[in-house]
Amino acid sequence: MSTPPVTAPLLSAKGLRLAFGGVKAADGIDLDVMPGEFLAIIGPNGAGKTTFINMSTGYLRPQAGSIEFDGQPILGLKPRAIVRRGIGRSFQLPQLFTEHTVLENAALAVASRLGPWSPLTPLLRPAWREEAMDLLERFGLAQVAESRADTLNEGARKLADIAMAVALQPRLLLMDEPTSGVAAAEKMQIVETLVRVLRQSGVTAVFVEHDMDVVARFADRVAVWSQGRIAALGPPAQVLADPVVQRDVIGISTHA
Amino acid sequence: MTPSDDRGAERRAGPKRPALARETLLAIIGALALVLCAWAIPWLKFVLTIALAKGIAVLGILLLLRAGQVSFGHSMFLAVGAYTVAFVAPGTPEVLLLLPLAALLAAALGLVIGLFVVRYRDIFFGMLNLALSMVIYSLLEKMYAVTHGTDGIRVAGLTFAGQRLEREVQEWAMFGIALTLAVGFGLLVRAYLGSPMGRALAGIKTRETRLEFMGLSARLVLLFAYVLSALMGGVGGALVAMTSRHVTPQLAYWTSSGELVFIAILGGAGSALGPFLGATAFELVRVYAAAAVADAWQMILGGVLLVVILFAPGGVWGILSSKLKGRGA
Amino acid sequence: MPSTIIEWFSDNGLLFGLALLDGLAYAALVFMVAVGLNLVFGVLRIVNVAHGSLFAIGAYTAASIGIFFASLGLPMWAGYVALVLSALLVGAVLGPLIEKLLLRRIYGHEDVLQLLVTFALFMILEDVQKLIWGVQPIMQDAPMKFLGTVDIPFGDDFIPFTAYQLFVLPGVAVATLAALAWFLRRTLTGRVIVAVTTDKEAATAMGIDAAKIMLLTFSFGAGLAALGGALASPTTSLVPGVGASTIVLSFAVVATAGLGQIEGAALTSLMIGLGRSIAVYFAPEFEVVVPYIIMVAVLLVRPQGLFGVLETRRV
Repeated sequence: MSTPPVTAPLLSAKGLRLAFGGVKAADGIDLDVMPGEFLAIIGPNGAGKTTFINMSTGYLRPQAGSIEFDGQPILGLKPRAIVRRGIGRSFQLPQLFTEHTVLENAALAVASRLGPWSPLTPLLRPAWREEAMDLLERFGLAQVAESRADTLNEGARKLADIAMAVALQPRLLLMDEPTSGVAAAEKMQIVETLVRVLRQSGVTAVFVEHDMDVVARFADRVAVWSQGRIAALGPPAQVLADPVVQRDVIGISTHA
Repeated sequence: MTPSDDRGAERRAGPKRPALARETLLAIIGALALVLCAWAIPWLKFVLTIALAKGIAVLGILLLLRAGQVSFGHSMFLAVGAYTVAFVAPGTPEVLLLLPLAALLAAALGLVIGLFVVRYRDIFFGMLNLALSMVIYSLLEKMYAVTHGTDGIRVAGLTFAGQRLEREVQEWAMFGIALTLAVGFGLLVRAYLGSPMGRALAGIKTRETRLEFMGLSARLVLLFAYVLSALMGGVGGALVAMTSRHVTPQLAYWTSSGELVFIAILGGAGSALGPFLGATAFELVRVYAAAAVADAWQMILGGVLLVVILFAPGGVWGILSSKLKGRGA
Repeated sequence: MPSTIIEWFSDNGLLFGLALLDGLAYAALVFMVAVGLNLVFGVLRIVNVAHGSLFAIGAYTAASIGIFFASLGLPMWAGYVALVLSALLVGAVLGPLIEKLLLRRIYGHEDVLQLLVTFALFMILEDVQKLIWGVQPIMQDAPMKFLGTVDIPFGDDFIPFTAYQLFVLPGVAVATLAALAWFLRRTLTGRVIVAVTTDKEAATAMGIDAAKIMLLTFSFGAGLAALGGALASPTTSLVPGVGASTIVLSFAVVATAGLGQIEGAALTSLMIGLGRSIAVYFAPEFEVVVPYIIMVAVLLVRPQGLFGVLETRRV
């Protein structure tokens, strides 16, 4: 997708810097995420990929730089305020309420979008229940809706985690390794489900991914992270064919 | 199969209707049994009223337990409710006014303290509550001119809807009020726990970070529960004061808070019935143990607690619900 | 303003000096209990509510042995043997008994259950203590009398103060602090304990016998609490309830200092000890409240405690 530059970026990061002790997790990150695109982030472990997501969602604060979402600065806002503005995220380690059922997890996300509520309204009231069930169906999770979240396999937990983020109807969704820890056989199926749902809902997505097949097939653009910097950025065909990227990044990251 | 496994299986199975029916059935049986006991063994009426009062306070502990937090200072709210009754009763002896007043003051204190303590978790949450309750305790103990220190205050004669009642009738009235409030707060807590607020509260225990990323404030969710639990603590304390007719700073001492947590675990944190089952069991064991071995009742209670934790972690509720389920299925 | 302060001191200077001395002795005792509680929490991850009972039992045992020695006609210095014996008894017998019979079963359980198990233990030990020693006050001050008093020059006056409280209590506390710091940082066992504190799984994976370390640590902590109680016994008459009030105070110290901090616990004990004893002399109605007010004030500003390290959650 060659986006003409007239479109304003949905997320625009400029000069982000953050160091933990001596480790530079972000060393001058500039990145524009365009509306509607699927942007993959690749790079070796420790390159600062998760740090970027954490900074964009208010969990970490960069020492320098700025982030704008839809033209508005969001640095300094709390995670919950950023979520309310339309940036959702999912986690490398799925953050589900383990003692709740999958349906309750999803309904809670739906309800939290529609809140505030009276403390006496049941969580599984028809409207919220239906929307949550509908969401789970789209993610192929309907048959495990009544299961406790901690009984799911890794693939289903990943999907449920993303479903909760989607329930909040974000305009931008940041996904941290949506397929890590998932059996190879399941991987493509999960990604296909994801892409279908996200395209349907018109969500712009940024995802950290180690599997180059997934990246090649689903990403509009690829950003290559290396030591807190963006080493390369462009369409997958071009970036993945770059010999430097192949040697320095793909060679390492496919083993991770 | 342990009772806790049992509950897990039940939750996995999904639909909660059987559990709900079981809970309701048990509540009705329990209430009837209490009335029957109070009628058959008159001196037990006092014990059971106290048990119901404490059960209401323990409902508050249960809320915090759902969030994975233990307050080792919750009896301060009990004490606030109790001392409210003791201070105000000489001027305004009306029970129907004293109860809401006690609830209101306890909730107000809960809000003030809550704004501070909900920023902390786990050990720090428990210890801060403990510390603040000890502050309240020492104020009650040291401000002799107002509180009569460790001697405590005798609660003046009370009126019920303007009526002064005879002793026997008054005991029944207190029992009735305690039972009614217990049922009311039990239903309230059950509805609350099933609401998004209550489910988010339980989310604090498992995935607090996720709450923030859903756009919710975990502190606000916990604060609401904290204020509600303080309110119920105040009501429980007011009932204790009205029933025992005597208040002392001991009510606020940290060991009394420990007792409340004890009762919560004894009864089982799995149901809004747990606190009442626990409180009844606790008070009965205490009364009989104290009668049997005057110097070692604490030891017996401690032993009971150990047995429950090590061998029946679901508490009395866990045992009863699995029994009933076995029969029902 | 300064003139009023000077006036105040010329009026109350002696009393203030006495408060400082008292506070120092008191801080030493508080430290002995708090440091054990802290150490046990660091390694076992259990807040031992019954830790104060171990202090009380240590005190009663020391007094009983001391009284027994006196009845044998032994000289007064034998009282010191009684103090040490008591700490050894609690540390070597009661500590391992509690760890093996009870705590071992609940490692890794929910916090609530762990807290309640030790609360149950507290209830049991309180009654055990009443059954053995009764409810009448017990006093055995031979160790304190043995050393007599010292006149401490203070301005133009002298404050007579017992040598026991002036030298023995702070001396033992400082020695304990130094020995602990040396042990944890310089010896192999000590480093292993620190390793278990930091990361139990990793330590176990490295082949460290975590179970043994836990047993040792708990027994050692129990011994420290008992030693604290034993040291306190000559200075006061023993009554039921000592354990309950001791434990809440050491909670305050540990939470104020920050979990897992040994030197921090020492400084905080000093702060809280001095604060409390100044209150005893100048605002007795706030005596009990002062430690908690200090704690709340500290945690308001530094949620992780004065010396605690903030843990960030990994997402």
